[in-house]
Amino acid sequence: MNSPSLSFARLRRELFATPLDGVITLALVGFLLAVGTAFLRWMLFQAEWAVIQANTTLFAVGRYPIEEQWRLWLLTVLLAAATGLSWGLLRGKGSWPRNDQLTAAILIALAVFGSWGLKLELPIQLRWWGITALLLVVRWAAGRWSQALPAPLLRLVPLVWPVLYLVGMVLISGGLGLMRVPPGEWGGLLLTLLEASFAILLCFPLGVLLALGRRSELPLLRWGSVLYIEFIRGAPLITLLFLGQNILGFLLPGGLAPDRVWRAAWVLTFFAAAYVAEAVRSGLVALPPGQLEAARSLGLPMHQALIHVVLPQAMRVALPATVGQFITLLQDTTLLSLIGLLDLLGSARTVMANPEFLGKNAEVYLVLAVLFWCCCAALGLGSRALETRLNPLATSKA
Amino acid sequence: MATPAVTPWWRNRRLIPWLVQGVAGLLVLVVVAFLVSNLVRNLTNAGLLLSLSWLRNPAGFDVSETLLPYNAELPYWRALLAGLVNTLRVVLAGLIGATVLGTLIGVAAFSSNGLLRRLARVYVELIRNIPLLLQLVFWYFVVFLDLPGGEQAIQLPGVVLAKSGLYLGKPELINDVWQGQMRLTVEFGALLTGLVVYTAAFIAEVVRGGVASVPPGQWEASRSLGLTPLQTLQRIVLPQALRVIVPGLNSQYISLAKNSSLAVACGYTDLYSVAETTLNQTGRAVEVVLILLGSYLVIDLLISALMNGVNSWVQIKER
Repeated sequence: MNSPSLSFARLRRELFATPLDGVITLALVGFLLAVGTAFLRWMLFQAEWAVIQANTTLFAVGRYPIEEQWRLWLLTVLLAAATGLSWGLLRGKGSWPRNDQLTAAILIALAVFGSWGLKLELPIQLRWWGITALLLVVRWAAGRWSQALPAPLLRLVPLVWPVLYLVGMVLISGGLGLMRVPPGEWGGLLLTLLEASFAILLCFPLGVLLALGRRSELPLLRWGSVLYIEFIRGAPLITLLFLGQNILGFLLPGGLAPDRVWRAAWVLTFFAAAYVAEAVRSGLVALPPGQLEAARSLGLPMHQALIHVVLPQAMRVALPATVGQFITLLQDTTLLSLIGLLDLLGSARTVMANPEFLGKNAEVYLVLAVLFWCCCAALGLGSRALETRLNPLATSKA
Repeated sequence: MATPAVTPWWRNRRLIPWLVQGVAGLLVLVVVAFLVSNLVRNLTNAGLLLSLSWLRNPAGFDVSETLLPYNAELPYWRALLAGLVNTLRVVLAGLIGATVLGTLIGVAAFSSNGLLRRLARVYVELIRNIPLLLQLVFWYFVVFLDLPGGEQAIQLPGVVLAKSGLYLGKPELINDVWQGQMRLTVEFGALLTGLVVYTAAFIAEVVRGGVASVPPGQWEASRSLGLTPLQTLQRIVLPQALRVIVPGLNSQYISLAKNSSLAVACGYTDLYSVAETTLNQTGRAVEVVLILLGSYLVIDLLISALMNGVNSWVQIKER
């Protein structure tokens, strides 16, 4: 236990080591107090949160038809179950480490206070509570009985995600007997997450191929990759989105050009691929060339040497930069609002164009900022956790 | 002629890669030819075959706050040029501002004051995880458009920040309206603030990484020779850290230049904004996109050339 005098000494060393430090500390504390009280006063007494509370559906799914929204609820239920399953199996042994307890507490707090703060209708509140409960119960069950399951079955579990992605696409867009919901009617957080996940999933393999191409000994492949990467990295994303919206129609025979939403998704994918390629290349450069040579001289064909020897090691180095690019990609989806799509920011702008909510910019932007911050920070934390897991030195005893 | 010892051609280690490349190259060529033929056919059908003569037609729209003389009767190329100059202006100001702020925050991470250190960390984590576009609309709609005007304007020595803009020099209040020789619009102010605040977080990380790359023995040696902390930073640490910092700055500067294209979100008429209006009026999508891509490429190359110059200067000086 720290004695009070010890922590006082530490405080003094940290904050008042020299007179200058003392002045800086006092000035900063004064500044923080002023900003904090002004912000609290605004948040509690001046801000009008009705603009958020009245438009939660619009922020969540845009103009997705109300009678078809059960499909999105179903998808959320499936996602919660899959998350719980993967989470529980990753931990195993029925244990609840401290981080897991914290995450569970945050989830419960979100379900209770989030739906209370947003003044959701009771049926919708109940659904969120149910979904949260399902996630935690599945996580508990998966952790409890993971040892009992046969190993081959466990190996199939990661396959849940690609299957779920396809099921999700069908649920969202319709088809197979479900009513079609054209992409023009997707919006809000739904559109943002859809575009981001689509681009993240596809830009990664594309980026790896480009990185390998750039390191290839074949000149045509190398220069092709270099040209592509440098061209994309030289242009602002908005000009490429502009290109996608205005020129793609001219490049393809009539009627073949995809919908505006999908065009944007492809542009995001091709854009992010160039940056992911550079991140992966940094990992490839860090790998001693002897690794590839040794693998080749053992008789492995090129593709096997790359897949089994080079890439796993390179990706360990490239992981932080790659996830950094994914985070940037998630943030870049806000640019869709500039080309007229109703992503989270685009929906927010339509809300604020409504005379009833005119001038409520601060409230809306603050909520969006908190939402984006949490998503990006969570991705960053996850990347750091994965990094320590992948680090052979740290996991050697496990 | 062929003996069993000769490798058959399909296992030839030299031939096959070239064959694969040739086939791949041919495929790419076919796809490109297909796209271009579609483009030409579709453009011909739309009566928009590539030409640059339309650039000489009068633009008919206004570009606000131009440095070059401009009015709506001037041709399109003058409008685009005015937009380009506006872009260059905000990029230049942004580079300076972001470098100063970013360096301060990056160095603050090494302060002996624990509170300052943590605040620098909080700043970086806060800013990096919020999309730039969101920050820009926040600065414009929430902060700058909500500024008080007239008497209540924020008045500092030499600077007045009012709803109608940022005035430098000695502005005067005439009939409740500020008048001054040098006025910057709130649109420019919001864009510049957003770009500086955002880019500074990244530059701070670059600076922090650079300073951290200097071995701690350098600090200790310099301090034990009797140099003050500031002198140590200025004379010993920064010259060594710059070697690591300058290449990192290069990519942040290019990001800033590209990010300035988000100006349209806060109503500033930069190159992209002018180009968008031009496209809406003329339908000349291909030419406009080519002009846009070319201009940003040139700006990127200029920054890179400049930073390469700085880099070699830093490196030589170090020896």
